[in-house]
Amino acid sequence: MNLIKNHGIFEKNSWILGLGIVGAVIWGGLVQIAPLFFIESTIEKVDGVRPYTPLELIGRNVYVREGCYTCHSQMVRSLRDEVERYGHYSLAAESMYDRPFQWGSKRTGPDLARVGGKYSDGWQVQHLTNPRSVVPESVMPPYEFLKGKVIDAKYIADDLKANKLLGVPYTDKDIANAQADVAAQAAAPDTDGADLNSRYGGKVNVRDFDGNAKEVTEMDALVAYLQVLGTMVDFKTYEPKKAENLR
Amino acid sequence: MAKREVDEISGVEDTGHEWDGIKELDNPLPRWWLYVMYACIVWAIGYWIVMPAWPTLNGYTKGVFAYSERAKTDADVANGQAARAPMFKKLMATPIEQVNANADLRNFAIEAGRATFNDNCSTCHGAGGQGAAGYPSLADNVWLWDGSFAGIEQTINYGIRSGHDQARLSQMPSYGKDALLNAEQINDLTDYVMTLSKMPGADAGKAARGAQLFAENCVSCHGASGTGDPLQGAPNLTDKEYLYGNSREAIHGQIYNGNGGVMPTWEAKLSPETVKSLVVYVHSLGGGK
Repeated sequence: MNLIKNHGIFEKNSWILGLGIVGAVIWGGLVQIAPLFFIESTIEKVDGVRPYTPLELIGRNVYVREGCYTCHSQMVRSLRDEVERYGHYSLAAESMYDRPFQWGSKRTGPDLARVGGKYSDGWQVQHLTNPRSVVPESVMPPYEFLKGKVIDAKYIADDLKANKLLGVPYTDKDIANAQADVAAQAAAPDTDGADLNSRYGGKVNVRDFDGNAKEVTEMDALVAYLQVLGTMVDFKTYEPKKAENLR
Repeated sequence: MAKREVDEISGVEDTGHEWDGIKELDNPLPRWWLYVMYACIVWAIGYWIVMPAWPTLNGYTKGVFAYSERAKTDADVANGQAARAPMFKKLMATPIEQVNANADLRNFAIEAGRATFNDNCSTCHGAGGQGAAGYPSLADNVWLWDGSFAGIEQTINYGIRSGHDQARLSQMPSYGKDALLNAEQINDLTDYVMTLSKMPGADAGKAARGAQLFAENCVSCHGASGTGDPLQGAPNLTDKEYLYGNSREAIHGQIYNGNGGVMPTWEAKLSPETVKSLVVYVHSLGGGK
């Protein structure tokens, strides 16, 4: 009980108190945060999750820039009602290439973790252009201006490089072809998606997302990003009841 | 060090601090508070033992209970499914044409279908299936495609222009965008299509020229009299139901652009049981054939 009797040392000396606080925070961080970087079972081993294509990455940047995360979460919680509404609860593996993740905690709008493929491109574009034209009770602001923002993909290769530095497995070829990949995925004139598909997989959506085939706009990028959300994991090969997949 | 004194009235020692003559009694913490804190510490130790708690070098302590939130969710979902299973089993065993004859089964299928519809379909087709421009109404008896039970099921499972192998496909040509007809011809054709549904405001002279264009370009899908062909997804032009709006501008726009919406495929997202209940619900909305 010596420590309890002598707590006056902390209360009377601001430097000692400060050191005590630093010590407590370091200990808490070591116990709660640090192990997650080293424990192998943190991220489930799944098939299908790949890094975002450059166009999807631009869409993600738009998503972050416009603050979509302030109203939309991207995490299906492991609760029955969530699973029945949105589908399989989110896995850590699904956001392992997100820098930073977009889990969020505010749901003014619905969760978007599994929105990919749920609605048509046309619906997404119309909804982003004028949300109330399809969902009368919506309070979402319109994002029509994205249609007019033509993408200058000059710097997207740098973005891929930065992600690679942080551990996202982009290849040198991915980085070298980043700008071409943007045009190819949005099915811009005189492109085809063969090279893109050979590196990112055949499941990558290659098409004109925003209904304007002539230009690649931020609307293309955002819809491309939304349409891939939650669709990567192959749940046919995922075993949720395996001990290492339980949390 | 300030001097600690015992307060005459309460008999409690003060802290020895004084601010402009105000002193502070050094009362001990209330007993109940202290014991609650000790109880929390004991609880925490117990929690470490029974629940997943501490990280280790290659994992974490699973705890005596080996509690897993994911396992609990899986069990919860399974319980819910088990509770619905008898009715779903009955639904799957009953040919869909006979579901409506059994009141219990019909109520179950419609309620199950409604929940699924509201989560997944109402964003495009409206909360009551009333539709919107570009998104067909499901609450009337006008069907672009097959409005039978089997037809609705096929549309839900594989979608329309969804990219699925078995998706329904139709393509209205973009007569204006692709310059298949010139501006004057499209105007003539618009007036003719307006006369088909007896829409007021059509110019008789233009419509007469449009009739010839219609016969040359449109009849293979929409039929000689414009009554459409559900097998090809070609809408009936003689009723007053227009997917993109019943105005001259909307009809002109559709001939010019040849829009075609996409309905996603739901085969991979919804179970066959859910789809069947959804079919019963959609069929019940208005005009199932």
